[in-house]
Amino acid sequence: MRNPGKKTGLTKRVRRQRGARCALLGTWEQEALFKLIAKRLFVGLITLLAISVIVFAGTEILPGDVAQAVLGQAATEETLAALRATLGLNEPAYVRYFIWLGKFLTGDLGVALTNGMPLDGIVGQRLTNTIYLALYAAVVALPLALGLGLLSAAWPESTFDRVVSSVTVFFISIPDFVIALILVLIFAVELGWFPSINPRPRWSDFFPTLGAMFLPMLTLVLSVLAHIIRMTRAAVLDVLKQAYIEMALLKGVRKSRIILKHAIPNALGPIVNVIALNLGYLISGVVIVEVVFSYPGLGRLMVDSVVFRDVPQIQVVAMVFCAFYVSLNILADVGAIMANPRLRYAK
Amino acid sequence: MSETAAVTRAPRKRSKRARPRLDFWAWLGVCIVLTGLFLVVFGPYLAPYQVGQIVPGATQFMPPSSETLMGTDILGRDVFTRLLYGARLTVGVALAATILGFLLGMAVGFSAAEIRGRYDDFVTWLIDVFLSFPPILLALIVIAALSSDLWVLICTIAVIHSSRVARIGRAVAMNVAALEFVEVARARGENLLSILVREIWPSTIRPLAVEFGLRMTYSILFLSSLSFLGLGIQPPDADWGSMVKENLNGIQTGAYLSVLAPAFAIAILTVGVNLIVDWLGSQSGRSISEELTK
Repeated sequence: MRNPGKKTGLTKRVRRQRGARCALLGTWEQEALFKLIAKRLFVGLITLLAISVIVFAGTEILPGDVAQAVLGQAATEETLAALRATLGLNEPAYVRYFIWLGKFLTGDLGVALTNGMPLDGIVGQRLTNTIYLALYAAVVALPLALGLGLLSAAWPESTFDRVVSSVTVFFISIPDFVIALILVLIFAVELGWFPSINPRPRWSDFFPTLGAMFLPMLTLVLSVLAHIIRMTRAAVLDVLKQAYIEMALLKGVRKSRIILKHAIPNALGPIVNVIALNLGYLISGVVIVEVVFSYPGLGRLMVDSVVFRDVPQIQVVAMVFCAFYVSLNILADVGAIMANPRLRYAK
Repeated sequence: MSETAAVTRAPRKRSKRARPRLDFWAWLGVCIVLTGLFLVVFGPYLAPYQVGQIVPGATQFMPPSSETLMGTDILGRDVFTRLLYGARLTVGVALAATILGFLLGMAVGFSAAEIRGRYDDFVTWLIDVFLSFPPILLALIVIAALSSDLWVLICTIAVIHSSRVARIGRAVAMNVAALEFVEVARARGENLLSILVREIWPSTIRPLAVEFGLRMTYSILFLSSLSFLGLGIQPPDADWGSMVKENLNGIQTGAYLSVLAPAFAIAILTVGVNLIVDWLGSQSGRSISEELTK
């Protein structure tokens, strides 16, 4: 590896040009990269299709009849039959699957069974709320986790590292709802600094909302922080073991420089991966947090629809969640490929 | 922690760690887990009351007394008794789900590594599909469809585990399947089952032991979370997660113990398992599970 700090005889302009070309990649490399990304996107789409089959099949074997559920106990045979016909319930399952998929793809999400409200409105609003919460948590968690991970990798086995390690083991081990409870006990019940039940996010009064959402955010942060810290530390330590780092060390390069310039670029792949995985976790971890804090997000909608067995709602919410999760996984892979050129030529 | 022994500039520490001995934290973990297993078997016999029994003369959320060690819960039942009974469900279900998930995952992963070809491609794809499904969603859909029966819970958690175990099992078994003694076994005409069980399995115990611990923690957390959402263990039975849910109102009335006792029971148990996992991980160098899962 060329030492990036080495003074070459080239003028500044030439070096800048070389850097620019490096960043844009050669055409051949670009093509290979696009192919890989396209392939990954295609696999993602297939995965989503497979997931839609699972979601549909899972909700289809629900005991009971949708027509019965809609019309209630007082329904007569004729009205039941009529509704079944209009809902297409007499068709075989695979036909209904394709009808459902077609409607879903064209944006016709249907109505919720429980209150007859159109689903696209509810889901859209709930999704915005969930993203708001998850983003808030991510913005706080990521810099904190990366910083702590790097620091403990820089001084392994130091007191700082040991303290961070023990605390992360603790936070990995306790369930999210216990973290939430302890936070509520301390900050809402005993100290009264933050509300335990929070309002819906409003963009108009931004900062009060952030304060109201502090406890749910902190719960999410604490539940993902530990994983990212541990993975960052492991990834950087793994790189620090390699010979070129030792070489740099023997040449007398400063430690901060070794970590920032030599180690991080090579540790970036796994780190990007774990970040994306944890953002995916944020999206599904919100289920618990939203229920605890009764926050009007997508996770609570999912739990509610399971409790009330609202099939159309379950299907839509599940698909939205999965689409998010799959896209984050794709982003993780693409990020890893961008960060590590060696991955571009594997297979 | 595990990786540090391998850092470039710490050769002395490596030699110090060469002999595998349980350190203090590992001992603590072993003690916690053994206590948990002990409660699974004997918990109900140690309990002073019946699990659904309302303590005579008790009201809801009574403070601890000589009759009720940890006070009473929302219906006036003894928290300590329910904690002891809950151990059987919490630990028992988690253990059953983990073991089942491992059997399933290893069968799929090992066979994929041994058979290769189309089968391997299909299995890898299937694993990827399951991995891109948020676990909690899978569980919620299954529970919505089949209700929160005990076996439904166990099998759902097992299936969630199996995709992750299969992925790691396949990766580990790939390396083992390329070794000479497996080659010899194939040439000898051993059948698939015998190759998987007698040749591959013994060499994969060490890396998979760490994974087993991690999966066990995950089972406990996952089951508790489901119960907390009201979709796991159903009343009148109670695991530790549903005890927390039942007594949530206790927080407002100041009866913290009825909520915190089961919550901390879960936390202590999972910390115990993780302490053993960490020790195991430090013994076998970098753990595969750390690379592959989060």
